[in-house]
Amino acid sequence: MTDQVQEAAGNGWQSEKFIKNLAKRKRAERRFRLTGLLAILTALTLLGILLFSIVSKGHSAFIQTTITLDITFAESVIDPNGNRDAAELRGANYAKLVQDALREKFPDVKGRRDLRKLFSLISNDADSALREMVENDPDLIGKTVPVALVAGDDVDMLKKGYIDRSLAEDDRRVKDQELAWLDVLEAEGDIETRFNSGFFTNGDSREPEKAGIAGAMVGSFYTLIVTMLISFPIGVMTAIYLEEFATKNKLTDLIEVNINNLAAVPSIVFGLLGLAIFLNFAHLPRSAPIVGGLTLALMTLPTIIIAARAAIRAVPDSIRQAALGLGASNQQAAFHHILPLSMPGILTGTIIGLSQALGETAPLLMIGMVAFIADIPGGFSDPATVMPVQIFLWADSPERAFVEKTSGAIMVLLGFLIIMNAFAIVLRKKFERRW
Amino acid sequence: MLNKTFGLAIAATVATVAFSGQAMARDQIRIVGSSTVFPFSTAVAEAFGNTGNFKTPVVESTGSGGGLKLFCTGVDLNTPDITNSSRRIKSSEVETCAKNGVTDITEVKVGYDGIVLANSKAVGALNLTKKQIFAALAKQVPIDGKLVDNPYQKWSDIDPSLPDTKIEVLGPPPTSGTRDAFVELGMEGGAKGYEMLSALSKSDKKAFQAAAHAVREDGAYIEAGENDNLIVQKLEANKDAVGIFGFSFLDQNSDKLQGAMVGGVEPTFENIADGQYGISRSLFFYVKDAHVGKVPGIKEFISEFTSEKAFGEFGYLTEKGLIPLSEAEREKVRTDALALAPLKLM
Repeated sequence: MTDQVQEAAGNGWQSEKFIKNLAKRKRAERRFRLTGLLAILTALTLLGILLFSIVSKGHSAFIQTTITLDITFAESVIDPNGNRDAAELRGANYAKLVQDALREKFPDVKGRRDLRKLFSLISNDADSALREMVENDPDLIGKTVPVALVAGDDVDMLKKGYIDRSLAEDDRRVKDQELAWLDVLEAEGDIETRFNSGFFTNGDSREPEKAGIAGAMVGSFYTLIVTMLISFPIGVMTAIYLEEFATKNKLTDLIEVNINNLAAVPSIVFGLLGLAIFLNFAHLPRSAPIVGGLTLALMTLPTIIIAARAAIRAVPDSIRQAALGLGASNQQAAFHHILPLSMPGILTGTIIGLSQALGETAPLLMIGMVAFIADIPGGFSDPATVMPVQIFLWADSPERAFVEKTSGAIMVLLGFLIIMNAFAIVLRKKFERRW
Repeated sequence: MLNKTFGLAIAATVATVAFSGQAMARDQIRIVGSSTVFPFSTAVAEAFGNTGNFKTPVVESTGSGGGLKLFCTGVDLNTPDITNSSRRIKSSEVETCAKNGVTDITEVKVGYDGIVLANSKAVGALNLTKKQIFAALAKQVPIDGKLVDNPYQKWSDIDPSLPDTKIEVLGPPPTSGTRDAFVELGMEGGAKGYEMLSALSKSDKKAFQAAAHAVREDGAYIEAGENDNLIVQKLEANKDAVGIFGFSFLDQNSDKLQGAMVGGVEPTFENIADGQYGISRSLFFYVKDAHVGKVPGIKEFISEFTSEKAFGEFGYLTEKGLIPLSEAEREKVRTDALALAPLKLM
């Protein structure tokens, strides 16, 4: 040992052995840096491919094809009795207005089958748009107005280029006859595309042109509110107690180990727990955000406790001691000084825990939130679904037009996640104190 | 701030307790069950909700077995009213139901679903017999009167008329109802084409089923998960692969995929409807009669589902890919369903 040191010192830094060794160490470092760089590049490329495929498929979900038709709001159809009764106006056959307009445009089309095909150019949801127009403005009755109606999903897919016109007729969902009609409409400038606001205001639907994510967004909102209200106070209280008040003994050690383990438990286990406690034992309603929120709260709790404890531990002891020295009780020291100072860290942890909960589907499977729910939920006990579940359901639907809806919904979900995480970063940067 | 959060937490807890009492009264139909019937059931639910008289029913996709399990847990209003199934209810399930008080069940047959074998349009369509399907996919096949591990690696090994490509079939996993039906209708039918297995089916039914239902595990059959869209995408990418899925996915992707003929019959809407195509199954839903009258709208929902504009020949369900029953059968199903005729298992 001593010889070696002497040798290195004696023969100096220029010795051949030393230079060789140095070159070897430098090579090793270069290799390490290169692998590190490669790892990051691979990750970035994969992320890029993922984002590209989602955006390239999903951007068209925010656009919708419309067909403008001259709709005659015939009094004989909408209000045969002429008394403008609201209930009668509501129940009228508005689909007939669309059908009449189409027949007028293409008077040559005869026969049940051909007419059915013709009518399917327009979404079968168009009647509710007309109903709304009449309810807002009863004076429309008796007039003829050009109205931009939502096109059926096949027309929409064609317009967006997802259906190849050059294929043989048998291989296409849109047949030659329909193409001819559409060409006439196109030539007259009746086919347009516009922003698909329905995507953000409608609930789920089996008709792709009508399906929207509003129901899932509201469901996610209610679910997360419950999750936050339950997991945040309980998590913070637990962390304060464990850090500031609990005596260190075998029991608290055991609790600590268990909390850390819980954070790593697969989420489906929490779903089973939720099913057993909240549905089978407490008899809460199935598929309700309140149950989803409670279940996700169980899942988020360990994350929040761990983050809060770390934040509390980061507050220097001097603050605690100064407060105690000036006569504050332990509780006053904790709530007046430690907690406010650790809040930015706690909130960051909470937001990250919540954004994890936002992307969760597995625990919700067990409590019935993986379901087709058309109505937008109006409260915590209404049946609801959440955004990731909506994505899953659309990805599983046979209709081609749901492919873009799926990617569109993923984009919206990613948007929310980015906003939440950005908020967490802002909070941390703005309020974080360094000692 | 802290007091406020605390107050809210308490309020939430109180609300939780308050809600639990609410679970008993329900104004919305709850449906569970098969993922195959799910697209049709949801379409009816939506049309039913659009009439404006009732809330849109909640439809969960739990799989046929899972749905029946939930359905049979009891008659209190926390249990589902209707369960969808892509196979008939089993007698063991009827027993479980009865044990839990679910004694009156009405069966409604809604239509057919064809199971297709499809491949990419970039290559020629396959023309298979059930026997060839069995030979391609069974774990063990009879050769010289003995069951041996499936030796076929290429389609042409089975029959020289088939293409000279590797056998590569993407299909559903064992938990799927589609797989059950495919095995029962396709493979079992094919197995009977072998004299030895056909004889076995008469002498030892159990051994025959074990042989006919075992799908090979050497990599030629690839379990592709429950998501049929995934199989469709994989078939586009790999033109030599063959996929097994429901007819509605072939119908929606007819520009990229083609169905294989089975026994010389093409899987078209008409051929499945009139029963010529060999691998098709019936779809059902089951109604808990005890809930009729307690949950509003169940009868109306049945009436909507069995109306001509829904499950009729030109109904909106056929647009979603449902293969309708014959006219006489529809008429019978409708009257039986509306009268809540009790289930008869033959």
